[in-house]
Amino acid sequence: MSDRALSVVHAGALTTVQDLGRPGHAHLGVPRSGALDGPAARLVNRLVGNAPEAAVLETTLSGCAVRPRSTVTVAVGGAPCHVTVDGRPVAWGAPVRVPAGALLEVGRAMSGVRSYVAVSGGITVEPVLGSRSTDLLSGLGPPPLTDGAVLPLGRPAGLHARVDVAPQPAPPAELVLRVTLGPRDDWFTPEAVRAFTAHVFSVSPASNRIGLRTEGPALERALTGELPSEGVVLGAVQVPPDGRPVVFLADHPTTGGYPVIAVVRAADLPAAAQAVPGTPVRFVAVRRR
Amino acid sequence: MRALPVGDDALLVEVSSGEEAQALHAEFLQRRTEGSLSVREIVPAARTVLLDGLADPARLASELTTAEVPPAPPRAREAVEVPVRYDGPDLAEVAAHWGVTPHEVARIHAGTEFSVAFCGFAPGFGYLTGLPPRYDVPRRATPRTAVPAGAVALAGPYTGVYPRSSPGGWQLIGTTDTVLWDHTRVPAALLSPGTRVRFVPVGNA
Repeated sequence: MSDRALSVVHAGALTTVQDLGRPGHAHLGVPRSGALDGPAARLVNRLVGNAPEAAVLETTLSGCAVRPRSTVTVAVGGAPCHVTVDGRPVAWGAPVRVPAGALLEVGRAMSGVRSYVAVSGGITVEPVLGSRSTDLLSGLGPPPLTDGAVLPLGRPAGLHARVDVAPQPAPPAELVLRVTLGPRDDWFTPEAVRAFTAHVFSVSPASNRIGLRTEGPALERALTGELPSEGVVLGAVQVPPDGRPVVFLADHPTTGGYPVIAVVRAADLPAAAQAVPGTPVRFVAVRRR
Repeated sequence: MRALPVGDDALLVEVSSGEEAQALHAEFLQRRTEGSLSVREIVPAARTVLLDGLADPARLASELTTAEVPPAPPRAREAVEVPVRYDGPDLAEVAAHWGVTPHEVARIHAGTEFSVAFCGFAPGFGYLTGLPPRYDVPRRATPRTAVPAGAVALAGPYTGVYPRSSPGGWQLIGTTDTVLWDHTRVPAALLSPGTRVRFVPVGNA
């Protein structure tokens, strides 16, 4: 392999390759996938002069450590964390030069869940249906990182980063998700619909890239029986038989048979991706635009 | 026809049967090809078609509410043939449900022309319809933790072929060597909504 590559020293709990995902294939049962905190992924790409569609690393709580074989520029954003190069602290949220063979360590998230690591040139694993994203539901795209894996890097695009450092939203202490009700709110009792927007839920540790699971009052159905499978969108709030709402994130199934009580505004989903287990969650009903 | 708003830029269009959903899906595809419908995803399902990524969902919703479900489209191109060994572990149970012999299950199933109503569950997994309602079968009471790739299976009104090994609760009636999903192939999915399918018995059937 050429020297444009990244060796994985510590993969961390779950580190995946992510880009903008593969929308447009839902009718074949293919999830869209892609970085859960899209704005953070786009920002770190900009910081290293990559195009927005370049693939980055998405860590989960525990960080990761990688060693580039050639000198690269990297930027780490999303969940704030300590970043070091050969043990020396460097900036988070800013472009950093990492010499060939040096060890880049992305620390445990100090708040939030997912940090993003952009490397100049982008990670150029083989795309699947136009995307390099790992899809944990269907298994498309590259497998999650493992210790010792080697990831190919592209040639730097030569774009000049127009920012040296950029403000990023702090991970939420309380997650407020604006929702529009429906399409299946009529499958729930009026009390359940009220409880959905009146109660405070909390983020369940069972959350993942497929969905943000919640704990809280069970939402009672007015209609029992099975809903024939229907298409579901990103941000759909599906209520399985246990009554606890699940907010669908990027790796969500394309069709589902549990009623969707509401849909979260797309702009609020990046914050959902950064909400640690135990974070209070409120659903606030808003009017459709 | 009902058009239910979904979030800010999607509509779930609900009709009263699977046939109507397939006809509507074909109509939306046609409109997108002609350029009169701008939409990111068109996702048919059992009784609905989801339109995701619409510029003006409210306008389309009011148009659809007064529209008639279009007639079924003319038959799509040639049927895809899927060779099957009718050797599934649930063949006898399905035969008992149908009140026929296992051999008859194979004959009836292979004598039916199917059409892909929709996809889901896994990339390339199609929900195929075509069997008369009297041949509906329940899912297994206890799902299998691993169904092999290529398993031909029944549940409710549907036939499906597992594109890869996965857990599953469908009744397994046979096996095929046909590759349902290969992301290096164009198209990656052998079966997509609207595809006609025939199962051709091979081997011990």
